[in-house]
Amino acid sequence: MNFLYIAYAATWLIHITYLGVLVRRYQHLRHEIEELKRSKS
Amino acid sequence: MKRAFPIFAVLTAVLLSYALYEALVAAPTEQTMGNVQRIFYYHVPSAWTAFLLFFINFVCSIQYLVRRDKVADTIANWVAIVLGIAACVAAIVIRPLPSGMEPSSVATTGLAITGLYFLIKRYFSGTGADALAVVTAEVGVVFCTVVLVTGPLWARPVWGIWWTWDVRLTSTLVLWLIYVSYLMLRRFSTSGQTPVLAAALAIFGALDVPLVYFSIWIFRTQHPQPVIGGGGSIDPRMLHVLLINWLAFLCFAALICRSRYRLEILQRELEEVQVLEALQEPRSSR
Repeated sequence: MNFLYIAYAATWLIHITYLGVLVRRYQHLRHEIEELKRSKS
Repeated sequence: MKRAFPIFAVLTAVLLSYALYEALVAAPTEQTMGNVQRIFYYHVPSAWTAFLLFFINFVCSIQYLVRRDKVADTIANWVAIVLGIAACVAAIVIRPLPSGMEPSSVATTGLAITGLYFLIKRYFSGTGADALAVVTAEVGVVFCTVVLVTGPLWARPVWGIWWTWDVRLTSTLVLWLIYVSYLMLRRFSTSGQTPVLAAALAIFGALDVPLVYFSIWIFRTQHPQPVIGGGGSIDPRMLHVLLINWLAFLCFAALICRSRYRLEILQRELEEVQVLEALQEPRSSR
């Protein structure tokens, strides 16, 4: 039974980690866009 | 259209929760393996989703390469059409089909290849297809990682070992390594030829997918024989839960791909603007 729960938890851990990476990339990109806008103005 | 994304996200969350309930509670317990067999409902749909994403990556890579040349583009169009027709004819004419192939699945796969090819061609331009190739490779690697993690967690209590170097397991690991190398090439290569090299690598990488899929029919492996499409049998209630979980993971993969695609396009636009700015700077400073 433990292996079952570990497998399900691991699956969601992998997906949530990837979603976290995507969110961080979005934030970084938004920061770069704002910097570009600031340098233009 | 902007509202469609959050609605789809909520529906996917509901579907994933329902699929989880079905897998852990509603599905019948397997007699030999007991509850640990329920890993099946995450392991198999993740593998199918990864294969589908790698297949889309394969189609996008071909399109990125052939669209650079009009003749190659025309030839590729005809190959896609002929492949669809040939699969349907083969499903009707050839008896018996090689092991692991059902007439309906051969015809459906052939038509799906043709349909997907023209669907991507219709909705994604050359660079759009390249962006979609990156996205599907990345999300495919995530799902393939789930397969490689849940597999040993299922194998340990059932086989008594975490891993064995049999063909199905090894070819899946090789598949994962190929697409990780694809992503590393895209991430670290600064050459202008990177998309072309990556597309060529992806086409060779995709050749491993049929090897992974058919390995259990062709070779003697430790991995269980297929329960769907290979002469095996599965309890209809288990099949129902399996398909619900696959649908839920497909919706989840579509959501992630959509977000990642938007990120990829934004990133490329930003890089273009930055290059233009860099080119204009020396002129303005003169």
